Amino acid sequence: MKNRQKWQGIAITVGGSLLALVIAFAICGVFLALIGHNPFTVYRQMINYDLSRDSFLDATKRAVPLMLSATAVAIGFKMGLFNIGVEGQTRLAVLLTAGIATQIHLPAILHVTFCLVLAMVVGAAWAGVAGILKVKRGVNEVIATIMLNYIAIGLVSWMFDTFFVVGADTLNVKTKELPRSAWFPQLVKGKLTGFVFIVLVVIVVFWVVVWKTKFGFHLRSSGMGPGAARVAGINPKKMIMTSMLLSGAIAGLVGMPGLLGDSHAYRRGLAEGYGFDGIAVALLGRNHPAGIVVSGLLFGFLDHSSGILQVNSIPRSIIDIIKGVIVLTVVIVNEALKRWHNRRTQQASAAMITAIELEAAPA
Amino acid sequence: MMDGSFAVELVGIGKTFPGVIANHDITLRVRSGTIHAIVGENGAGKSTLMNTLYGMHQPDEGTISVFGHEAHFKSPTDAIAAGVGMVHQHFMLADNLTVVENIILGAEPAEHGVLKLSDAKHRLAELSRSIGAHVDLDALVATLGVGQRQRVEILKVLYRGAKVLILDEPTAVLVPQEVDELFVTLRQLVADGSTIIFISHKLDEVLKVSDEITVIRDGTTVATVAPGDINRRKLAELMVGSELPDPSGRNSTVGNTPLLTVTDLDVHADDESKLVVDGATFTVHNAEVLGIAGIEGNGQFELCEAILGLRPISRGTIELDGTDLTHLSVHHRHQLGISYIPFDRHREGLLLYSPLWENTMLGREETLGMSNGPFISGAGARRDCQQIVDRFSVRTPGIEVPAFALSGGNQQKLVVGRELSSETHVLIAAHPTRGVDVGAQAAIWDELRASRDKGVGVLLISADLEELIGLSDRIAVIFDGKITAVLDPATATPELLGSYMTGEMQGAA
Repeated sequence: MKNRQKWQGIAITVGGSLLALVIAFAICGVFLALIGHNPFTVYRQMINYDLSRDSFLDATKRAVPLMLSATAVAIGFKMGLFNIGVEGQTRLAVLLTAGIATQIHLPAILHVTFCLVLAMVVGAAWAGVAGILKVKRGVNEVIATIMLNYIAIGLVSWMFDTFFVVGADTLNVKTKELPRSAWFPQLVKGKLTGFVFIVLVVIVVFWVVVWKTKFGFHLRSSGMGPGAARVAGINPKKMIMTSMLLSGAIAGLVGMPGLLGDSHAYRRGLAEGYGFDGIAVALLGRNHPAGIVVSGLLFGFLDHSSGILQVNSIPRSIIDIIKGVIVLTVVIVNEALKRWHNRRTQQASAAMITAIELEAAPA
Repeated sequence: MMDGSFAVELVGIGKTFPGVIANHDITLRVRSGTIHAIVGENGAGKSTLMNTLYGMHQPDEGTISVFGHEAHFKSPTDAIAAGVGMVHQHFMLADNLTVVENIILGAEPAEHGVLKLSDAKHRLAELSRSIGAHVDLDALVATLGVGQRQRVEILKVLYRGAKVLILDEPTAVLVPQEVDELFVTLRQLVADGSTIIFISHKLDEVLKVSDEITVIRDGTTVATVAPGDINRRKLAELMVGSELPDPSGRNSTVGNTPLLTVTDLDVHADDESKLVVDGATFTVHNAEVLGIAGIEGNGQFELCEAILGLRPISRGTIELDGTDLTHLSVHHRHQLGISYIPFDRHREGLLLYSPLWENTMLGREETLGMSNGPFISGAGARRDCQQIVDRFSVRTPGIEVPAFALSGGNQQKLVVGRELSSETHVLIAAHPTRGVDVGAQAAIWDELRASRDKGVGVLLISADLEELIGLSDRIAVIFDGKITAVLDPATATPELLGSYMTGEMQGAA
């Protein structure tokens, strides 16, 4: 009974996400047809390209920051908070880490650790601003984080130009290169950073903390039933603050695979857009660790296939449109499925109770 | 006006409905120009039946006739067109509109797209005279009391031309005096030719006001009787199918150790504009049930929240067993032994979409076996939940189902079970049996009495005056945030309580 229900629930969740994907691709197919491309040809090209050699490596490389960003978003979602500010938290963290880490000299492992911690602190601090606004002043976190994104983007741009930029007179404008001690080791040279392991650790810790600890139970309870959680003695303000800080800390890590593992210096465009894509990945993955891994990879493949689109002179923005449509279909399909499933659960329970009682009733 | 013809005739109505008690083989004949009561326990199928008659859904079988014509209502609009109107238990009025605006909402009289209020007002003035009650048509609904709001709802239905009025539990929200006024209105309506279907589970009221009574049990009509031919006990037995439980049965000896002492407590409203609890002072002793009577919104809710630490206090002290609680967190107060059956089980009692075992663990993670350091023990929590389900006879297919899948009575039993399974010194029970069936009600009363007998101090907030009188050792009345009287339940009647609750009477009795 327990297992059957559990598997049914999983089947419905997975099925729902797959259905949402199919609908999203169908809608984008219509769009492709409208702008004069045969959607079947385009999709076939994408799939063929994704199946080619080294695709998996490239998709994984692209998926790594997405998974982190999705985890950051999911922590908020679990508590009923919508942290749209991952983008801003990521960008601030990556610039400040790139700028400050060049000034520090530490042995290899310590230097990398220093960078990771610094990035997490910066991300958490920026998210904490939205947390404080919500706790102290009741400002909706969606509004606050959107606004903080704009501020962060402006701030990063200004700080980069003012304090950190080197080689401003060349084409290659970036911050000073990090010392080798701060480089994250590559797993496959030039193709995949060892950061995948950090991501795996983060996702496993996320799963353990949220699903297996008292703290995680409080977090989920506050998200599922804020009223009941409050009455049960769970301090809503503390939970809002903690989850915003945790979410921000992970958001701070999003730019690290790129910075420490790949470019070793900040330049414009580094770690941009992950914050928004992470929302889509978290939604598609239903805020669950396994779901985040799978949908992160899917988005990695989508990004990867943008290469072939350009070669065949199909606008690469079609990829962004697909992502956007996925967000919409996921939300709609999930909601519809949830209602249907809830109704079914209620009916099944009522029927089962009646059956139990008929059996128990004396003849 | 009783001419013997039927205003409404339902024959052989059947309706199966997922998750809800079905109707089968319902036969109901309501004579024109009478008050016809429909009684039954919560969950007996009254609402399903009335929704059928009002066109909210279509019956699977059987026929509906209104004034002799067979009717097939596809929606409430059809029902209204045929002269059938419904006054819901929960008022559906917009606070920020005036009475007349609320009434015409959805049927606005207009000329060339411009709202024309004068005609509507004219007709409404006549209608309100005809129901023998004055209603200020230009008053904002927000300024009206419960009784007046109900009258607005009745006017709304009449304005739309209803000849048959369905009133769903109209007295549930009223104090005894307001109930009497409502009955005068109903009599007047019937005298003017309307027909009234009155749904209730309060037998005294039904016996007092109706011309005929139809009893529903387990989804079907079991009898139609005249009030003159039956007494309360018989009617109750028809309704339940067996003997009715009794809230009384006081054989307790109230202890003399003060457990919960509240002194000069002031609590401000959320916007800090006014005092919602004003100088409240009382003590709950061990093995005592202190009842709090009051019309909803007179400070009971804020009082409970203040005791639990969910709401800041402006003045005064709250002590538990000699410990000052003022600066302790909600969690800490729970740890010291305060349990709480909240006002609204859906919003404050349960995680509706979480499995039962997570619901029973909520707030009790520190209990032995449920956690191990920072980790929760799923196995321990499940064992604990199973015990609660067994002990409190919660009807459920298992402990993995989400809480929303249970019926209201069983959800409440789960909440009560959770709260009574903690180490409790003081139990704050707010409407512990609201919306639960008679069987669950009796079980919950038994548990409350058993806890009291074990020495727990109980603060009982209830709108059910018989429950208050039956269970309490003393009854404090709260009016406008002040404790205005402390009464002895042995001598208190619902009418007397009602006088205190409306502020008509104050001071000790």
